[in-house]
Amino acid sequence: MKKVFSRPRSLKNTPFHYCAGCGHSITHRLICDAVDQLGIRGITIGVPPAGCAVLAYNYFDVDMLEAPHGRGCAVATGIKRTLPDRVVFSYQGDGDLAAIGTAETFHAANRGENITVIFINNAVYGMTGGQMAPTTLLGMMSTTSPPGRSATLDGHPIRMSEVLARLEGTAYIERCAVNSPQNILRAGRAIRKAFRYQMDGAGFTMIEVLSQCPTNWKMTAAESCKWVDEVMAQAFPIGVIKDIRKGEKHAD
Amino acid sequence: MQIKTVFAGFGGQGVLMMGYSIAHAAMNEGLHVTYLPSYGAEVRGGTANCTVAVSDEEIASPVASQPDFIVAMNGPSLMAFQTRITPGGTFFLNSSIVEGRPNRADVTLFEIPAAGIASELGSPRVQNVVMMGAYVKATRLVSADTYLRSLESILGARKKAAMEVNRKAFSAGYDYID
Amino acid sequence: MDKILISGNWACGEAAIRAGCRFYAGYPITPQNELTEYMAEHMRQAEGGTFIQAESEIAAVNMVLGASAAGARAMTSSSSPGISLKQEGISALAADELPAVIVNMMRGGPGLGNILPSQGDYFQATRGGGHGDYRTIVLAPSSVQELADLTMDAFDLSDAYRNPVLILGDGMTGQMMEPVVFGKPRPRRYSEKYVLKGAGEGRSRFVRALILDALRMEEHNWKLVRKYNVILQKEVRFETFRTGNAKLVIIAYGIAARIAKGAINRLRDSGYRVGLIRPITLWPFPAQIIRDTAERIGSFLVFEMSTGQMLEDVKLALEGRARVGFYGRPGGIVPTPAELAKAIVQEYQR
Ligand SMILES: Cc1ncc(C[n+]2csc(CCOP(=O)(O)OP(=O)(O)O)c2C)c(N)n1
Ligand code: SF4
Repeated sequence: MKKVFSRPRSLKNTPFHYCAGCGHSITHRLICDAVDQLGIRGITIGVPPAGCAVLAYNYFDVDMLEAPHGRGCAVATGIKRTLPDRVVFSYQGDGDLAAIGTAETFHAANRGENITVIFINNAVYGMTGGQMAPTTLLGMMSTTSPPGRSATLDGHPIRMSEVLARLEGTAYIERCAVNSPQNILRAGRAIRKAFRYQMDGAGFTMIEVLSQCPTNWKMTAAESCKWVDEVMAQAFPIGVIKDIRKGEKHAD
Repeated sequence: MQIKTVFAGFGGQGVLMMGYSIAHAAMNEGLHVTYLPSYGAEVRGGTANCTVAVSDEEIASPVASQPDFIVAMNGPSLMAFQTRITPGGTFFLNSSIVEGRPNRADVTLFEIPAAGIASELGSPRVQNVVMMGAYVKATRLVSADTYLRSLESILGARKKAAMEVNRKAFSAGYDYID
Repeated sequence: MDKILISGNWACGEAAIRAGCRFYAGYPITPQNELTEYMAEHMRQAEGGTFIQAESEIAAVNMVLGASAAGARAMTSSSSPGISLKQEGISALAADELPAVIVNMMRGGPGLGNILPSQGDYFQATRGGGHGDYRTIVLAPSSVQELADLTMDAFDLSDAYRNPVLILGDGMTGQMMEPVVFGKPRPRRYSEKYVLKGAGEGRSRFVRALILDALRMEEHNWKLVRKYNVILQKEVRFETFRTGNAKLVIIAYGIAARIAKGAINRLRDSGYRVGLIRPITLWPFPAQIIRDTAERIGSFLVFEMSTGQMLEDVKLALEGRARVGFYGRPGGIVPTPAELAKAIVQEYQR
């Protein structure tokens, strides 16, 4: 029988601690698939964040260095500048990347650091229990915006991908989702492409992933997948936001 | 022996260079030396100063609360430092620019028209080196020879031609004092 | 080797490069800008050298974290307010057991304070500084020559103990120029096995500070303590100056110790029997020599350019064995040897 599905080699054989239906697990898997397909396990160094993915090193079978909350891009910068021929990625949540670590992210992007950021946008602070994130939607309830996020009191959800796309240093930014088979396949291709850009020295690449957090959204896994399409993707449109090589032919 | 000198003047008068060059020469004579520039807010407003301590033993503090020598390249420097000079200390005044004179009776005063001499040499920018000629002669902290060798190594690669005019400037200042 | 006249900030940068430092990230702050600028120029010329002007001190220290884990000899520098921001990263370096050198040219504080020389960051430096149960080795130079020498030593110490090392200077040490002869570079002794560079064909590794299991976290804490105990035994450095037959011993570090020497020399000339103990490592603190000295001498005077921080370590060292007086000038005041001499005489005559 032909084997059509198996655990990627660079994903450790450890059960995920993530909640059922969580987008983190799917995204981990996609990253590992990309690493396997590009044959870069031995030269990849990952930077996990503070956030639900803080234990990512238990799953990724690549070298990893934990970053303090929000500093993923600075830590990845230090690694990449020291070992320029390695593939370096930082894995960050929305609180990590777009609140406490905004400066580090913005400036790494602006310097065109040749790193890849996997940006998990789940519209909440997952790990700390569902507080408002910079990406929380207007009107959306969270433990720190109990009546719903108010534009006047809390500001608007930040579209980081669009913000960073304006910087000269960014090479490729795409917003994906992991709520349906098609979207998952597409996200996998995007991650692979980002790594390939990095290997070519193209500059800063980021894949934003709209990622279900059924626990803090207080939904079932199925509901949360639907919610991504119906609500979240309205505020955070899916698609390529920037690609400096648009029009060039790629292998896939 | 421990001598502390404050060099002070306008930003463009090469005041830091004066301090640096004498510190360099003192080092080359095997003396202990510290050079402390004024920094930060103190250098706003276009004035600059630095303190050089020269000693035959370890120097405790690079700060001069009571300088032995003060080289004032402009009027404001005289005003700023005349109260601080040690009793019996020595003033070197750039007399072609500084109009006032120290209000202290307990100091020695050398009036050197350094700016004027430098202009006569056709190079107003070397007024600092003219002053250093007089300073080296009067203080005998280092020999003229050591000083010129230090100056040469500082200017170094930059300009050989510059050394020519600096040498002249130094001699003019040196000879001004008898 | 040639003697050169060089400022503390430049000497520190030059010594770091000679010691094989190949990664520097920093953010401008007076009075250490010349160090950042020196690195901007010279790190680029050094083979394999990286200089980054970071967007903040937080970013800078975290870049150092990444570079250190990836195997570079790495350094960052700042002055007091910036060092406060670096504490997050210093705590992470200590937790991860990664080497790094952090330079603090202290200025007046708290808050923005001023840009003048001060010694107000002693507590922060010697108590770890950031959160959690950890220590950093703290070296306190009192001349530009010593700053250059200690900078080179700092890299070796931080490799040997895989722990961040702080150089605690002040605005004066950074700004002033003195003649310096640079030491010879020594080959780096740091096992490749600690370097993250991609798993290759082998097993992947991770470096992390998060240890959710309490028992394992506790064990990690005790493991660090065992390391710190070795440092306490082996790395204490101090200088004694004219303590023979002294009746009163001054304890001062860094620039303050120089001033104390000046005061002591004057007073000895007029017959006062005074001497100096100068801690060179502030952590590990030279407690033993102070205790030993107390066997002969009943009275000490701590002198700091702060309101009295090292004072507490001296008292802890003495445990009431001797009288401890204090003279301090915080806020950017640099007292003269004459001023200090007066304070010493008062204490002497008590
Ligand atoms: C300096 C600091 N502040 C706060 C925290 C607590 N903290 C841990 S993770 C986190 C936010 C996590 O949210 P996000 O980045 O969106 O990731 P998620 O958990 O949703 O994947 C916070 C605030 C911390 N670890 N460090
Ligand atoms: S809290 Fe949300 S983000 Fe965190 S593991 Fe659970 S579902 Fe995933």
